[in-house]
Amino acid sequence: MNELSASSRITYRAVMVRPGAARRIRGLSDRTLAWLFITPTIVLLLAINIFPLLWTIYLSFTNYRANRANVPTIWLGADWYQSILTDPDIWAAMQVTAHFVIWTVVIETVLGFGLAYLIDKKFRGHGMWTTIILLPMMLSPAVVGNFWTFLYQPQIGLFNYVIAFFTGREASSFQMLGDVTLSPWAIVIVDAWMWTPYVMLICLAGLRSIPDYLYEAAEVDRASKWRQFWSITLPMALPFIMLAVLFRGIENFKMFDMVNLLTGGGPGSTTEVASITLKRAAFESWRTGYSSAFAIILFVTVFGLANIYVKALNKVKSR
Amino acid sequence: MSLDATPSIARRGLVDRVLRRGPLEAAATTIIAAGVVMLMQPLSLTLYSWSFATTLFGTVMFTIVSKVRE
Repeated sequence: MNELSASSRITYRAVMVRPGAARRIRGLSDRTLAWLFITPTIVLLLAINIFPLLWTIYLSFTNYRANRANVPTIWLGADWYQSILTDPDIWAAMQVTAHFVIWTVVIETVLGFGLAYLIDKKFRGHGMWTTIILLPMMLSPAVVGNFWTFLYQPQIGLFNYVIAFFTGREASSFQMLGDVTLSPWAIVIVDAWMWTPYVMLICLAGLRSIPDYLYEAAEVDRASKWRQFWSITLPMALPFIMLAVLFRGIENFKMFDMVNLLTGGGPGSTTEVASITLKRAAFESWRTGYSSAFAIILFVTVFGLANIYVKALNKVKSR
Repeated sequence: MSLDATPSIARRGLVDRVLRRGPLEAAATTIIAAGVVMLMQPLSLTLYSWSFATTLFGTVMFTIVSKVRE
């Protein structure tokens, strides 16, 4: 006994005190132990993920209203789905979302890849520049929303003064957030400013994964820099670019916080993306069943895109 | 009793060629992408109306075929 360590002695005593319990624990198979450990996680997952999803699916077939919970619910079948999928206003919101998603993804991909290509060249101070470029991505969307609301102020906003400096127009002659034509672009600019560094980071990972011997072989074959870019750099970095495009596409399809802070969907409904319409239906009109059906439509779309994303991710991993 | 294995081999070859995860996943991915495009296009309300059904079909198909062997 003397040569036993303190912890071994405690275990030894525990076994001696309750031999039945110890035998029971020792008798558990690896499989049972594994289930024992993962059960709390599964229960938590069921409670906060799966149950709300199933409940939302159920509500989407009823006339339930969260502000009139005592009123008996009526089963409506697929009426809400039919109503949403034939509503021109919801269709318009989808087009606003499409405008936002397409332009942000295009701008972020082009700028992000360009920045990654430059950063990859390892010039003097490239580490410091990488950190500076990454700063917007680290900010909270709430902070970015408020910050850009001030920048877009027609009277005191820096953005208007910069545009005025380059175009010669009066700084207060245009409102980025109040103009029907400019406000959709205002949210695109903010999102591109915030998330281009993220795309840059993914593209940089892709560029750094290209082995040097490919470029050395191309140099031996006297391939020009242009040819090297089109035949080596771009094809090798393409799965990573694809990953960034899909990720930003999914994220921007669900975009709510930044748009809500910047424009709140206005002026009129020019920046009313799908998530803003959903919020209005759920928490302003209190049409819970209707908004549940809308949420399920958005969920299926995001889930479908996420499947493509996972497929692209596996392709990158297999490289 | 005669044994003629040729037709079954040919049938199995065709089934093996078609029922593989790769092409089926590619088909499901195309259907999902088509559904998303239909949802957000500005040209036809009819296409918009059918977008959810298309995306749902593609997603269910993708979930099923991802269980098919390579």
